[in-house]
Amino acid sequence: MSGEPQHIDDVHHELKLRGVLGWIEYRLPVFNWINNAVGTNYPTPKNLNYFWNFGALAGIALVIQILTGIVLAAHYVPTVDGAFASVERIMRDVNYGWLFRYVHANGASLFFAIVYVHLFRNLYYGSYKYPRELLWWLGLIILLLMIITAFMGYVLPWGQMSYWGATVITNLFGAIPVIGDELVLWLWGGYSVGEALLRGFYSLHYLLAFVIAGLAILHIWALHQHRSNNPLGIDIKGPQDVLPFHPYYTTKDLFGLGIYLILFAALVFYMPNALGEPDNYIPADPLQTPAHIVPEWYLLPFYAILRAIPDKLGGVMALAAALLVLFVVPWLDTSKVRSARFRPIYKQLFWILVADVFLLGYIGGSPAEGIYIPIGQLATAYYFLHFLVLLPIVGKLESPKPLPDSIATAVLEENKRKRARKLPQVGAQPTSAGGHH
Amino acid sequence: MTAEPKGDDGTRRDFIYIATGAFATVGAGIATWPFIDQMNPAADVLALASLEVDISGIQPGHALTVKWRGKPVFIRHRTPDEVQQARAVNVADLRDPVRDEDRVQQAEWLIVVGICTHLGCIPLGVKETDPKGDFDGYFCPCHGSHYDSSARVRKGPAPRNLEVPAYEFLTPTLVKIG
Repeated sequence: MSGEPQHIDDVHHELKLRGVLGWIEYRLPVFNWINNAVGTNYPTPKNLNYFWNFGALAGIALVIQILTGIVLAAHYVPTVDGAFASVERIMRDVNYGWLFRYVHANGASLFFAIVYVHLFRNLYYGSYKYPRELLWWLGLIILLLMIITAFMGYVLPWGQMSYWGATVITNLFGAIPVIGDELVLWLWGGYSVGEALLRGFYSLHYLLAFVIAGLAILHIWALHQHRSNNPLGIDIKGPQDVLPFHPYYTTKDLFGLGIYLILFAALVFYMPNALGEPDNYIPADPLQTPAHIVPEWYLLPFYAILRAIPDKLGGVMALAAALLVLFVVPWLDTSKVRSARFRPIYKQLFWILVADVFLLGYIGGSPAEGIYIPIGQLATAYYFLHFLVLLPIVGKLESPKPLPDSIATAVLEENKRKRARKLPQVGAQPTSAGGHH
Repeated sequence: MTAEPKGDDGTRRDFIYIATGAFATVGAGIATWPFIDQMNPAADVLALASLEVDISGIQPGHALTVKWRGKPVFIRHRTPDEVQQARAVNVADLRDPVRDEDRVQQAEWLIVVGICTHLGCIPLGVKETDPKGDFDGYFCPCHGSHYDSSARVRKGPAPRNLEVPAYEFLTPTLVKIG
C-alpha cells in the first residue's frame, strides 16, 4: 500500500498482465473479474473466523452435487418400472456408480449441514441486517429451492420412502381450500403418485440445481456490494480493517475444505447409509405404507412443525410460516447492533433457539404419539415466539456492550491480550518452541 | 509475520505451497478417473458380451443374421461350390490379403460381423433375394462395396474384409460368439 489511503476504495490490487493473458484481458477482462471476486483485489474483513468458511463450502458442495448428478442422470431411468432397478444397476454394474450415488446422497445431507451452519452464523452475527437484507433473502430462496430439489431427488430412486414421501408431501397441497383437490390431481398428472410425477420430478430436479447455481451467483454479487460482515458486526472503516481475499482467505477456505473432505470421505467410504432410511431399499409399493414415514434428517424440524398442528391446513400453514418468518427477520430484529457478541440477552436467546431447533429435529424423527406430541407443540410455539415476540422486544430492552472503534483496533487489542497471556510460557520453554528448525 | 530463516533451497512456506499444490493436483487427477471410467461398459453389459447360437437349422446356401453386442453377425452355411470359389482366388491380388482357410474354423461355416468396413452400413446378401454383389458374397448398398464368398472386399471403397469375430463351436450345431 502506497501513501496513507484513507478509504478502502483507495486501495487497488489490479492485475497487470502481459503476453497471451494480457491479450485476452484487453478483450475480455476475465482475470481482473476473478481477481476482484476472490483475488487480491477483494478486500475482506481481517477478523473473519472459521464460521465464514461455510459460504465457500456451500458453493463447493453445490458443484459436487451437479457433477455427480450429471453422471447419475446418464445412467438413471425415470420410469415407474425402471427407476429402482436402474439405481441398483448404478450401485452394482456401472463403473464407480456406487461412488457417484453415495457422494450425491451424502453430499446432499452435508450440503444442508453446511447451509444450516451458514444460516445460524448469520443469525448469530446479525449479518442479515442493513444493508444485507437482499443478500439474506437470496440465501433463503436458495434454501427453499434446496428443500424442493432434495425432496424431488429423494423421490427418484422410487423406493418405499420415495413413493410415500411423495404421496404425503403432495397431499399437503390438498389442504388448500377450494382448489386443493384439483391442485393435487394436477401435481400427480393422474389419480395417484406415478409415472407423470416421477418424470416431472426428474426434469425439475435437474433444472433446479442450475437455478440454485444462478441464485448463488446473485448471492455472491450481493455479498460483494457491501462485502462480508464479520464477528464484530461493525462496518469496515478503512484499509487497516481488511486483508486481500487472496491469499489470506483462499488459504483459510482451502484448509476448511480439507477438513470437510475428510469428513465427507469418512461418511461416503465407511458409513454411506448412516443418514439414509433402510426402507428406501424396498421398491415402491402403492398398496403398502411403511410403518414409520420420516423425511431425511435435514427436514425433520420442519416435519415436526407440520405435525405439531392438529389440523391439515393449519399444519401446512405453520410449515410455510416457519420458513417465511425468516424473510422478515431483518425487520423483526429491532437492535442496531449486529453481532451477538455485544448483545448479552440475544446471545442466550440464540442458543435457546438452536436447542429448540435440535429438539424439533428430534421430535420430527420420533413417532407422532404420547409425550412427543405436546413437546413438539411447545417447541413449535417457542420457534415462533423467538422470531415474532422475543426478537423485536429484546432489541428494544437490551443494552448492548460498547462496540470497538474499528476492526483494526479490536484485532490489535485481542493480539495484545493473547501475547500477555502467552508471555510467561514463552520464557519457560524456549527450546520446544523452535524444535524443528 | 516473522520471516522463516532462508536456507539454500527456499523457505518452509515454499515447501508448503508446492506440497499443497502437488497434493491438490494429484487428488484432482484421481477424482477425475471415476468420471471417465463410468462411461466404459458396465458390468452387466460386459456380462452379456457373448452369445450362443443354434445353427442346426441353417441349410447349405442359406445364412442367418444374429445380434451380438448390438451389431449384426452373419452366419453363412456355405456350399462346397462357394468354398471352392473362395479358395481359388489368388490371395496376393486382394486388397486385404487373407486366405479363406484363415477366416473360417470349419470350411462350410463363414461367420463375420455384418458391418461394412467403409462407413458402417449393413451389407446385403443374407436373404436369398438380396443382391450378393459381383463375387457371390455380400454387397453394401451405401457406397457399393462388393465382398466375396469369404466376405473379403473385392471392389468398392471398403478398406478391409468383413471382420471375423471370436467364436467357437461348443457342439457341431452350437456356436458361441464372443
